[in-house]
Amino acid sequence: MSGFDWNVILNNRGLLLQGLAVSFQLTLVAIAGGMALGTVLAMCRLSRFRPLAIAAGSYVNFLRSLPLILVIFWFYILTPQIVGHPIDAYSSVLIAFTLFEAAYYCEIIRAGIASVKAGQVNAGLALGFGQFHVMRYVVLPQAFRNMLPVLLTQAIIMFQDTSIVYVVGVRDFLTAADVVANSNNRPVELYSVVAVTFLVICFTASRLVGRLQRKYAL
Amino acid sequence: MIEVTGVSKWYQQFQVLKDCSLTIKSGEVIVICGPSGSGKSTLIKCMNGLEPFQQGEIKVGDVSVGAKGTDLPKLRSRIGMVFQNFELFPHMTVRKNITLPQVKILGRSKDESDARTIKLLERMGLPSQADKFPAQLSGGQQQRVAIARALAMDPVAMLFDEPTSALDPEMINEVLDVMVALAQDGMTMAVVTHEMGFARRVANRVVFMDQGSIVEDAPKEAFFGTPRSERAQLFLSKILQH
Repeated sequence: MSGFDWNVILNNRGLLLQGLAVSFQLTLVAIAGGMALGTVLAMCRLSRFRPLAIAAGSYVNFLRSLPLILVIFWFYILTPQIVGHPIDAYSSVLIAFTLFEAAYYCEIIRAGIASVKAGQVNAGLALGFGQFHVMRYVVLPQAFRNMLPVLLTQAIIMFQDTSIVYVVGVRDFLTAADVVANSNNRPVELYSVVAVTFLVICFTASRLVGRLQRKYAL
Repeated sequence: MIEVTGVSKWYQQFQVLKDCSLTIKSGEVIVICGPSGSGKSTLIKCMNGLEPFQQGEIKVGDVSVGAKGTDLPKLRSRIGMVFQNFELFPHMTVRKNITLPQVKILGRSKDESDARTIKLLERMGLPSQADKFPAQLSGGQQQRVAIARALAMDPVAMLFDEPTSALDPEMINEVLDVMVALAQDGMTMAVVTHEMGFARRVANRVVFMDQGSIVEDAPKEAFFGTPRSERAQLFLSKILQH
């Protein structure tokens, strides 16, 4: 091996940064979508209306039993058939990630809601709040504070998992690096940069989680 | 004001309330006491519909609590309730704890609610605590904030569920003093408590419960003089001996 050539990174920085942007975008959309859908699913699971609770529970258990990569393949192949026309790989992984993450967020949120003591609900009801407002003003704000560390940890895992979109050819950070590595025959340099970047981002993020946790702990 | 008629309640097979009847007139203060597990907390929670019951009727004014179609949130907004563990909302400041329900439930303006909040905090002896969080207050202070939060809704009656049981001894009196003042102002009150000093000072009647039944319902003079039932005598001798 004739030494390392780090110029290949600088020369291709545009492509790599674009890839990183795609990874971030994917993470943020999947977190936002996953949490919104996850909250709804959690409410359904906690609902006293049994069919709703069972439907939401089945969805969660089903998706949590599948490997992420399989879900991504399924949506890549299935979505065009459902909507009737081809869709780009990026949209299909967005849908797959959102639906997959929602199942995990549902369980986190459900545990968060359960962590709020029954006395708080009674206090809200006794003041004259309806069920919905007790949820909104009393239970959910406390639940989200309690689950903040787990939610953010899940977001970090999610960020790492985005690299899986490699399998359907979405140009995320890892895929971009792989393209550059192959065309320049410099895999060691490129994969090292990918590893260090992931390390720095995820380590910084998890330190941040710790600080947020101390700040918002009830 | 509050009329409980023949109320029974079961948890599966176990009967927690047995044919309870009780009347609280406007301006009256009723103290409910009895050994733990006697159903006194359950009974008081039935009065604002926090606990469902299977038999009998409870009327607040002319609204039937257990009836289908009763607007429970509206009914509850007219009855204040104070809990053993305060149950202030920990993620809100004291000010927000008291103001939010006024704004969201009564539809009061922010300014009016805030003014009311400050006035009540002054009345509770807590004028400078408005912008603290509940966790920064002592138990006695938290319970007084909880009383202020309930009073901010301008309730027609107040229910107290063991309001001093979770407090350190030196804080019990600051809460009882507020409750005595409230009673003297003519508030209708139902108080589950073991504080017999409080009962002697302001109660009109003392209700003694045991194993889900109301065993005795007597004016306080009669209750403390010569309770008719043996169980009440035994209970009193146990809690009054020191």
